[in-house]
Amino acid sequence: MTTRIFGSGIRRREDPRLITGQASYTDDIKLTGMVHAAILRSPHAHARINGINTDAAKSAAGVLAVYTGADIEGVLNPIPCAWAIPDSDLKAVAYPAIASGVVRYVGDAVAVVVAQNRYQAEDALELIEVDYEPLPAIINPEAALGDGAPQLHEDAPNNQAFHWVAAGGDTDAAFADAAVTVSETIRQQKLIPNPMETRSAIASWSPAMGELTLWNTTQNPHIARFVTCLVTGVAEHKIRVIAPEVGGGFGAKIAVYPWEMITAFCSMQLGVPVKWTETRTENYLATTHGRDHVEYVEMAANADGKVTAVRSVVYAGMGAYLSTAAPGIPTILHGLMYSGPYDIANIKADVYGVFTNSTPVEAYRGAGRPEATFLLERLMDKVGDAVGIDSVEVRRRNLIEPFDNNRDVAIGITYDSGNYSNALDQLLGHIGYDRFRHDQEHEREHGTFRGVGIACYCEICGLGPSQVAGAVGFGGGLWESATVRIYATGKVNVFIGTSPHGQGEETTFAQIVADEIGVDVDDVEVIHGDTDTTPMGWGTYGSRTTVVGGAAVALTMRKLRDKARVIAAHLLEADEADIEYADGQFFVRGAPDRAQSIQDIALQANVAWNLPEGIEPGMEASTYYDPPNFSYPFGAHAAIVSVDPDNGHITLDRYVAVDDCGPQINPMVVEGQVHGGVVQGAGQALWEGAVYDDNGQLLTGSMMDYAIPRAHLVPDIEVHSTVTPSPHNPLGVKGIGETGTIASTAAIYSAVMDALKPIGVTSLDMPLTPERVWTAIQAAGYTGNGHGHSHGHDHGHDHGHGHNH
Amino acid sequence: MFAAEFEYRKAGSIADAVRLLSENPGAKLLAGGHSLIPLMRFRLARPEVVIDIGGIDGLRGIRISDGSINIGALATHAEIANSADVQQANGLLAEAAGGIGDPAVRNRGTIGGNLAHADPASDWATVLTALGATVSLQGPSGSRTIAVGDFVEDAFATALAEDELITTVSVPVLAANQRAEYAKMAHPASFYAVVGGAVVVTMDGDRCTAASVAVGGLTPRPVKAAAVEQALSGTTLTMDSIADATSRLSEDLSAAGVDIIGDVYASADFRSQVAPVEVKHALLHAIGLAHH
Repeated sequence: MTTRIFGSGIRRREDPRLITGQASYTDDIKLTGMVHAAILRSPHAHARINGINTDAAKSAAGVLAVYTGADIEGVLNPIPCAWAIPDSDLKAVAYPAIASGVVRYVGDAVAVVVAQNRYQAEDALELIEVDYEPLPAIINPEAALGDGAPQLHEDAPNNQAFHWVAAGGDTDAAFADAAVTVSETIRQQKLIPNPMETRSAIASWSPAMGELTLWNTTQNPHIARFVTCLVTGVAEHKIRVIAPEVGGGFGAKIAVYPWEMITAFCSMQLGVPVKWTETRTENYLATTHGRDHVEYVEMAANADGKVTAVRSVVYAGMGAYLSTAAPGIPTILHGLMYSGPYDIANIKADVYGVFTNSTPVEAYRGAGRPEATFLLERLMDKVGDAVGIDSVEVRRRNLIEPFDNNRDVAIGITYDSGNYSNALDQLLGHIGYDRFRHDQEHEREHGTFRGVGIACYCEICGLGPSQVAGAVGFGGGLWESATVRIYATGKVNVFIGTSPHGQGEETTFAQIVADEIGVDVDDVEVIHGDTDTTPMGWGTYGSRTTVVGGAAVALTMRKLRDKARVIAAHLLEADEADIEYADGQFFVRGAPDRAQSIQDIALQANVAWNLPEGIEPGMEASTYYDPPNFSYPFGAHAAIVSVDPDNGHITLDRYVAVDDCGPQINPMVVEGQVHGGVVQGAGQALWEGAVYDDNGQLLTGSMMDYAIPRAHLVPDIEVHSTVTPSPHNPLGVKGIGETGTIASTAAIYSAVMDALKPIGVTSLDMPLTPERVWTAIQAAGYTGNGHGHSHGHDHGHDHGHGHNH
Repeated sequence: MFAAEFEYRKAGSIADAVRLLSENPGAKLLAGGHSLIPLMRFRLARPEVVIDIGGIDGLRGIRISDGSINIGALATHAEIANSADVQQANGLLAEAAGGIGDPAVRNRGTIGGNLAHADPASDWATVLTALGATVSLQGPSGSRTIAVGDFVEDAFATALAEDELITTVSVPVLAANQRAEYAKMAHPASFYAVVGGAVVVTMDGDRCTAASVAVGGLTPRPVKAAAVEQALSGTTLTMDSIADATSRLSEDLSAAGVDIIGDVYASADFRSQVAPVEVKHALLHAIGLAHH
């Protein structure tokens, strides 16, 4: 038996082109006759537009056209929201591609200029005169719901976008009977996703054919085509959406934005290809953000720390309009995960979606589940403190017992499989937990403050059964498809509906194919991202591409294997029942020399000179796979930090992850996903946050102010795993794209609070900036240790990069 | 992120650059481009003429002679950080250079451009002030030399005349009994100094015979900390004497009569409170009392 390609950490075939700069992104594409669009964006968070004068811009050098909200009226339909949460009184407010009458956030489109080149378009933007009448703005989602707050939309009173409640058990009774209750106010700050490639689109309208081609940096080209059809009125079969190389999305490229619809509009008006590429400044203002919750959360427990109930009231900022999937994130992907890996009998999530004068919010890596994990882990720490047991022990007392196949939780969903305590045990072994606690005590006596934070998590992934999608108001299905074609030469094309953009499925799906039918992995090419050449699919998000799309590939290969077996029997003049398969060879049982390789059979199938009766020519099959359940990856992470009480500086000393995503197709790809996810979560804990002033101006509007994580601030991430297959997935896989982000914010935050425990700091907002930490330390009355210097100082001699903190 | 229209001129020599500056009032010099180009792309700077000095050989190189390290204005932070001669002659220079921004910034950004831009968060201004460095300027009527501490006049304001450019930065070689260190609280996005403290101490055994201390990042221009220096001079340096000395930094900040900078990342009050901590860290490292 040769080494299985499934499970082998081969190098990603995507990487050579990516790391040598040879990948072709949307902005790299140049079409004959292509012209350039630039969008004028509102400098006000909230204002009435009393007039726009575009005369000077229209006559500027190189300008072909200037369009405003008045020009698109009746031509371009509003941008639809695709997730209408049932029973939530959701207000589907109008979301015009170009604002008309009122602008509602800094970045709202006011006009678009099309010119021969981008510089001319930018120059012309400066010539457009807009008469704004500024209106009061509101940024905080809780305050936006309050009395007297500025109102964004006439048809959404009190700025309420929706109100959704989910409950299981009797939460009120559990709290009334509880020996211990703890509570916390959590500010899940607004985050800016920062994909390396900003948004970009090229629209090319063919008047003669009545066809629209849209190159679009998207995570889901088929959804983009569907929505483009709704907005432009061009029929779906006359639209082709191509997602070329996509430089990261993290959720921010799920939405169909006004901007690519404006680009399409311009091309349809002018009859020439139009390119629009976002600047980084625009990206910060006009590409969707993540998180933005104000949460009031509570947990009830017995005297021994057994949790009996959790409940929340969450004010989830939606931004100024409802982005494509936004309402589903604080609800379905958040409230339904309040059990996490724990056995909690009574759960209630009470979530308000609220309009604010800020950039619309969408999925951001983890999308709802990091927030759920954070509140559970925060409250679990507080329960432990309240009943006087260690943070590990309180978790151990609450974890769900191991199960192989289906476990209902109180909120009404069914986990597929899990062994949560095993992941925690592995983690404790890796970090040397008891030793750390011992050392920590000793160090504290010497004025050094280190802390360890543990985060156990279970997340909902592999979205998801389409029937459930429909039931929860998602405006589409969530199945995936694959078409696999084996050519006469034995080479294989895999056409997939989903649309990876950095996750490595061009490699891992080839591994699935090679593993299922015995071809060389290098003989397999995975094709994605073009609605004209790939079968329908719903895209890459929610850690679903490998779980759902990978399953579709595997099932397709099994169909092809069955067909190959029939042909092999015919060619070998044997009974089909006597044909066995192993490692790409079909052979007669007991006579392995009488064999046909998959390549031999593919040749015969393609030339069709000698096929068994009733067998069609060709070696191609398709599968449309709708999963019977979601998948539920899980794990346990630990962070170890040092805090310098002198200046509030936090050093992330160590990070250990134990994740269970089921069987790993490619451990190196898994490790890469964990690395990236952990670092993004660390960003939320320590560095990142979109800060607005009272007028709704984004103060962290560039990479000089908004701190995305840097490699040298992060320790080597220690990645470990356990393997608990999903019982319902053909490959047993569960998804790994979001686990790091889901666990690491909670783990790092918990570690900092653990470090500060002896000082008496009990609560901090994120990100944990030195000033916040230092101020809390001062407020707690800490006066120093007499030695004046501790571990927190990150000095050049030790780290080789100057004296940075 | 698309600059307004401008004229591009390439200077072939220092004299050529001075002539182009004289002929084009309001023109901007382009060296590494790390300050100018972002400003132009944001359209916050709209010079009609940009004079590229990047090809002037006379502005390159690092030479050590007569106890002075003479650094060409076009020397990049990376060149300074990686120079074995600099590391030997004045380790603080190399370390400070290695802590600026990130590798891309260090590979493009120049010491002359950094000083001329005079960002209050610049590491160079603080470090060079403590080291007693000077800058040489060339104008149409000749050259002059000025202390870095005087060159930087205010936030984004220097003693440079419109028709002058920086040619050389000169830094004393450290004596065998001198120790110099810089500690900063770096902004996590830009790695600019939120607060930076640079120290040079001359030692006789455990006793400090002279001290030069400057802080920056929190003030529009570096502040020389005379009270701290005085407290250190003649003192045996210990954890306690260093803590006592740095606690006098507030006197220096008051005496300087400058506004303390506060922003969305760190308030003025916080910066004032942690400035002595950075100076203390620098001193502890300088004399080897810091340990991990």
